[in-house]
Parts: sequence; structure tokens; C-alpha cells
Amino acid sequence: MDDLLQEFIAETRETLEALSSEIVAWEAAPGDRARLDAIFRFVHTVKGSCGFLDLPRLAKLSHAAEDVLAAARDGQRMPDTALVDAVLAIVDRIGAVVEGIAADVVLDDSDDDALIAALTRVEEPVVPAPAARVAAAPRAAPRSIRLNVDLLDRMMSGMSDMVLARNELARRLRDDVLDPRVEAALDQLSLTVADMRDTVTRTRMQKIDGLFSALPRMVRDTAVELGKAVTLRIEGSDVDLDREMIEMMRDPLVHIIRNAIDHGIEPPARRRSLGKPPTGQICITARQSGNQILIEIEDDGAGIDVARIAAKAIQNDVRSAAEVAGMSPAEKLKLVFEPGLSSRDTVSAVSGRGVGMDVVRANIEHVGGRIALDNRPGRGLVITIQVPLTLSIMSTLIVAVADQRFAIARQAVEEIVKVRGEQVRIDPVGDIRVATVRGRRLPMLPLGSFLEIGQGDPSTLVIVSTRDGDYALGVDDVLDTEEVVVKPAAPAVMGSGLYAGQTLPDSGLPMLLLDSGGLAQAAGLRFQRDIIAADEATAQEAVNPALLFEDLDGARRAIPLGAIDRVEKATAEAVHRSGGHTRLIVDGTTMPLHYIGSAALDEALTHGEVEVLRLTDGETECAYAIGGALEIIQLPAEIAAATGGPVLGIAVWEGRALEILDPLVFFLDSGVADTGSVAPLCLLDGAGAAWMDRFLRPVLEAHGYRCTLTPDGEEPPSVRLMMEEDAIGAAPSEAPVVRLRRDREGLADPDSIYRYDRSALIAAVAGHARRGGR
Amino acid sequence: MALFLIACIAGQGVVFDADQVDSVVDIGEVVAVPRAEPSVRGLTALRSRVITVVDTRRALGLEPTAPHVRRAVITRQDGHYYAMLVDALEDIETFDMRPMPHVAPKDGRWSRAANGMVFRDGEPLLVLDLAKLVPQPVALVA
Repeated sequence: MDDLLQEFIAETRETLEALSSEIVAWEAAPGDRARLDAIFRFVHTVKGSCGFLDLPRLAKLSHAAEDVLAAARDGQRMPDTALVDAVLAIVDRIGAVVEGIAADVVLDDSDDDALIAALTRVEEPVVPAPAARVAAAPRAAPRSIRLNVDLLDRMMSGMSDMVLARNELARRLRDDVLDPRVEAALDQLSLTVADMRDTVTRTRMQKIDGLFSALPRMVRDTAVELGKAVTLRIEGSDVDLDREMIEMMRDPLVHIIRNAIDHGIEPPARRRSLGKPPTGQICITARQSGNQILIEIEDDGAGIDVARIAAKAIQNDVRSAAEVAGMSPAEKLKLVFEPGLSSRDTVSAVSGRGVGMDVVRANIEHVGGRIALDNRPGRGLVITIQVPLTLSIMSTLIVAVADQRFAIARQAVEEIVKVRGEQVRIDPVGDIRVATVRGRRLPMLPLGSFLEIGQGDPSTLVIVSTRDGDYALGVDDVLDTEEVVVKPAAPAVMGSGLYAGQTLPDSGLPMLLLDSGGLAQAAGLRFQRDIIAADEATAQEAVNPALLFEDLDGARRAIPLGAIDRVEKATAEAVHRSGGHTRLIVDGTTMPLHYIGSAALDEALTHGEVEVLRLTDGETECAYAIGGALEIIQLPAEIAAATGGPVLGIAVWEGRALEILDPLVFFLDSGVADTGSVAPLCLLDGAGAAWMDRFLRPVLEAHGYRCTLTPDGEEPPSVRLMMEEDAIGAAPSEAPVVRLRRDREGLADPDSIYRYDRSALIAAVAGHARRGGR
Repeated sequence: MALFLIACIAGQGVVFDADQVDSVVDIGEVVAVPRAEPSVRGLTALRSRVITVVDTRRALGLEPTAPHVRRAVITRQDGHYYAMLVDALEDIETFDMRPMPHVAPKDGRWSRAANGMVFRDGEPLLVLDLAKLVPQPVALVA
């Protein structure tokens, strides 16, 4: 009997979950015969089971609902909103009672009668429904069985052991001269084991639908509660995901969607006044990309009010005003992940208090995932969650320190750089060290000396990203990448806080998986928020390196090295053209792809792949297609100005004219994050205005300023830019003046700024714009 | 009467409850675990399983076991396998366990790890509880 009851509970739960989307669909189209049938079947089954399981309360509820639904099926009652609500209430109650039985709790049944009474309340006169009869598809008996989760886990762990045992066997056999027959048998075994491992891994997989199926109902309920109209679209429900991962994702996803409805989607009236359709859209898509699953939650609401978030951070003492002032819009946006921040001033019943995006992010990172925001103020928000396909098999990077090897989760590794050349510098600061990688200063953790297993300077830096910030992990070598089965280590090992688990790789020697966050914490690394701000001043005074490359049209061009993230090959399939824009698909996202000429790109793509420069300014990313990278050169100080476009200027290099590309132009096209407020106005003044218009305008606009050459009395400029010589006799004005000089060495006026010193210029303009303009 | 495994640690005769002993092996290569609890000698692989090797001498507050010592008693505690290093293993015998003759002193690591004692031909042997010898996590001071 107990078994039967458990079976009943499990089955009812499952059907309820599947049913919730049917119910919402039925509400939208009450005449839909197929939906009605599905719900009817459910209550009917519950009623039937209750009879012989002796559950009178459930029997009464389901019986009442069945009667009403039968009437609706026969056309005696019109399925109206009142009816739908009443049936929903009954279905909910059935769910609650079933959970009560499962947990062995008795629920109060005093208002059951009220629910049943609500069923018979009729809102409108009965009109026979003109429902077209849709033949219900006969339900095929599912070829599946219910399995205990523990059993699956044991199977998985047995499978991992089997893989390791096979490895061990292969290793032992490798030492001797092999009989070909043994070798063939071993190969056969390997093949079978690998196949088996895939299959067993799949048994742990579930359609992500299991995660999504409850959402339509939740969206409906939340929207009704808040008086908003929202439609939900779900794509990619058939993507498979580790069962455990699905459980871990449930809460974050629910939270994100509630947030979207509560904070994102505007009320219908406001939407209308904004020219948007009154019904908000939330679109959830899931897709697989390699061994990662990407879940995108997109809404067309108001987006995140970055300025509000920043103000809130200051108000709640999460950050100081000075810190916030120094942040880029992207960094300010990331403040939503800080504990103790809610973008709304009032706490609503839906989004609640306490649980915030910080918890969402922690949950996702706990399973080795990442979360990213794409904020489009006024137009909506896209949240992308990236999680590994499975928890048990992990993609790792193997590093060597002294004579030991460690694994690091690939997910945490940003980049690997060799300590040599001018790209990377390590400075001892007292007894600690700071790494500077392409002008980016990072705290450094030399793994060997930290773990007390090796001395000497590390030859390779692994840039590791953690929740709190990035740091450079110094190792002797990076050996390989390997997919490993990670298991928790003994408490005494885990207790050190430095390791995330242990694994037995093919080498047969146990290996520890480093916990990158734990290492940083144990080493006492502190992440300054402004450390990202590049040390451009020192980079500028020294050299001006650039990458020389052969462009698609055969010409040689150069691009400043600082803008290049990496050089890589892209397949022709990854290049996507739509609506006059060309985009490059990388790791499941896309970025604008720039190139010198359409014909040249087509020509290059006929070879199947093309080399691209991945460019980044720290916030936006884009790519530039090239023929091939040649070498790194030092640009001369003299660059003749060019006539705009992507060409910054022309330099003479080894006796030949060389076009220098301006990466800022590419980023400008890539769409810079909107700050949400009106951009400060810069007046380009004096005789040097034409030069500034050509050279500084792109820079300033890229940093979120507007420029004008002629002040129109309407709007006073926030900042006035002038050449040094013009400034001397200029008429005084309200706006603060930023003076620019022609020479690098500013002997005459130490307060002026060298006109090519972009970072100093932006800093000065930003300072004045903040103080003076508003 | 219960079955006990007789072993020798730092010249001291001890016995382990056979129920706690999974197997007796000579362990292979040990991979160090930097900055873990001092009695954790490292990790080793045994039949495609990762096992934590415990320097039993250090766990008892003594000088470390010599690096060449490979003989170990495998025990399973809380789902993890541990190899407890011993100097020598002798025999398996049945004994009657007797309680300890006095309360364990505060720093008496031997008697704190003991459950009682047995008498072998009149010679007393400590009954070491492997669960008490397994290292517990210590908070790392940054």
C-alpha cells in the first residue's frame, strides 16, 4: 500500500508539473478542447487513484472539478475566467494535499468547500461553446521507468571507477610487449567503456523542460499579482542538462524571472506611453554550446537603471562615492551582484527582501557557471547564464609547480601568459608581487612558494577570475587540458580551503583540483576595484607597440597592441551576416566583425577559415579579420593624420608607409554601453578645434561624451577643450577648460595635457564634467 | 571476543579493531598535499581509488614516519578511504577488550586515540581507534 501511495505521489507531482503550462494555455484559449481534455484527464486520474488509496479529501476535490470540467466538455458550461480560476485553485489544492501526504502533514481542510463552491459560480449565461472538436491524440504508453536517484548516482560513480580501472589496466599492459590479441581486446574494452560512460552520463541528463515547465504558471501568477501583462516564450526545451544542475538552476531562474516581471517589465499604461506594446515579453532560450549550456533570459522592460544602482551602492555603504565615481558603466552594472542591493526603493511582495542577485550569482558559480548581463536601458535586459553540462566531469587545465601537478577548472581561467617580453612584468612590492599584464595590474600569487613546494620565479601566469576579482597565479608550466572526474577529497584536505577536490587522471597519480577563490582568500589577496584601470601612463612613456599584420587586401597595416585581446582563427561558419552587419560567433555569443572590404572577406572565407584579431577595450569586444599576423613593432612617435575612417594615421616604418588602424573606431561601431543619463557636452574650442574634431571626438564619444564645435546658447557645455596657445587669450566662460599641449614634455604649463595622452585627457574631462557640469 | 589486527607504531604494540580495517597494503607513490593538516602525508592511488595517506606517528604527536615506510592499514571513515602508515603488522587474533585503566590525560595523544586495551600473553596492547586517528580539518590561518 505504501509503495502504491509513493507511486501515486510521484506520478501526481510529475503530471502537475507538466500540466501547469497546459492550464495557462487553456486560460488563454478556454475553447481549446485539447487542453481541457488534458486537465480533465488529470483530475479524473486523481479521482480514480483516490478511490482505492482511500484519500477521501482528494476524492472530493477531484470529483467536484471533474464534474465542472465534464460540463464544460459537453458544452453545458462556457469555460470562462471564473471557471479557470476555480479549477486552478482546485489543482493547486490537490498539489498541496499531495505534498502534505508526502511530508506526512495534515493540512487544514476548512476552506475546501469554498473552493468547490467557487466551481459552480457562473459568471455569464451559459452559451454553448462553438468549440471545434479536436480529436485527442491517443497517448502512447511511454517507454520509460522511474528510477531512484541514488541508484543513478551509484551507477555514475561505478562508471567513473570503471574508467579509472581501465586506465590502470592499459597502463600496466603498456609496460610489456603486447600480444596483438590482448591489444585488440583492450581496444574493444576501451571503446565499450567510453560508450558506456556516455550512456550513463546521459541517464543523469534531463530535458531542461523540467526546469521550464513550471515557469508559464509562475509568470502568469506573478504578472497577475503585480497587475502587469506578460507573455512568456520558451525555446530550446529539449536541451539536455545534468539532473543535479537542473535542481541547482531552479531557484536562480525563478528569481531572475520574478525580477524581470517586478522590476523590468513596466505596467501596461506606462508601456503604452513609451510606445511599447502593452504586453511585456519574456523570452527564455536554452542552447548547448560545446560542453556548456547557455540559458538566456531576455525581457523588453526598462532594463537596469545603472545610475540608481550606483546611488544605492553609495547609500547602502556597499561602495564609497569615490569608488563609484571611478567606475565604468559596466562596473556599475555589476554592482547589482553585490549583497545588500536592490534597484527598487520599495520592497515588493514578489521580489522580496534579502534574496538578491548576489545569491543568484553565488548559486550559479557554485556549480561552475557564469552569469552575464547585457543591459539596454529603456529597452530591456538580457541575462545569460552559462553552466557546464554536468557536475561530475570537469574540464581542467593542468599546471606544474616544482615536481607537482595541479588541476584548475577551465571555467575560472581567463588567460595564460608567459612571463617574458614587454607584455608581462612582475614587480616585487615588499614581500608581495604585482603582475602587470598588458597594462593591467593584478595581484599575483606565486603558487610554488605559497604552497611551500618550490622557489624561484614562475615562468607562466595563469590569470584566474574569481568572484571578487582577477589575479595572476604564477606557475612553472601549463601542461595540458584534461577532462577529469572530480571527487571530494578527505575533510582534512578540503579543510585547508585551497582545494576543490581530487581526481585520478590517466597518469595514475592522484591530482588535486585547486580552488582558485580559496587560494586567493588564503593568500590574503585584496582586489582593488580600480586595479583594472590600466597603467597607461607608464605604457605610454615607454613604447608604443603595435601588431603588424597583412590585411585581407594584401596591404600591411598595424594596430596598437593594447587593443588586441588575442589572435585566433575563425571558421567560415562562425562569420554571420545579417542586415548589413557582419558578426563573429564566438563561444555562443556574437561580436561585430570588421574587415577592410567585403570582396576581400568573401575571398578569404572561401578557404574555410580566416584569422581574426579579437579586440577589446575591457567592456566591448569586436573582431577584425586579417590575412595573417606578422610581428610586433614599435610605432614611431610621428604619425601623420589620416582622413578619418578606421585609419588613425600613417607612420613610416622601415622606409615604407604604414597605415595604423584606430581600434576606437571599431568599438564605436560596436555600440558602447549607454549610461542611461544625458551624456555631458564637450565644447571643442579655439583654433585647434578642427584637429580635435577629427582626433578627439571619437575618443570622447567612445567614453560617453558628446562634442560640439559651436556653443548654441541652449545648453552650456560641461567642459571646454582648447589648445594651450588658444587658451591664453580666450574669453573666460562658465565651463572649466582642459588645455592641451603639443609637446610631450609640458615645461611651460604643467597643468596642460599632452594631446595624444588619451587616458589623462579622459580623466581630466571626466573630473571637470563631474564637478562643473552638474 | 572480537577480532583484532596487531601492529607496531614507533616501537609500541597496538591493535586495531578488524571491523575498522578494510585491507592491509603496501602503498605506491604518494603525492603531497601542500598546506594540509600536518598528519596528512599525501594522496595515493589504490585500485583506481584516491586514498589519503595518514602519517600515524604525526597523528599521535610523534616524529614523522620515515619516508620509506609503505605498509599501511586501509580504513574507510565517512565515505573516504585512508591509508594509516604502520611500522609493522603482525597477526590477527581475538581478544577481550578491557577499558583503559585511567582517564586519558589532556595531552596524552596515545590514550586519547585509544578505545581500551587487550592483553596478549600478559602484555598490554592499546586498542587504537582508527576513526580518532583520521585527521580532522583545521582552519587555515591566512
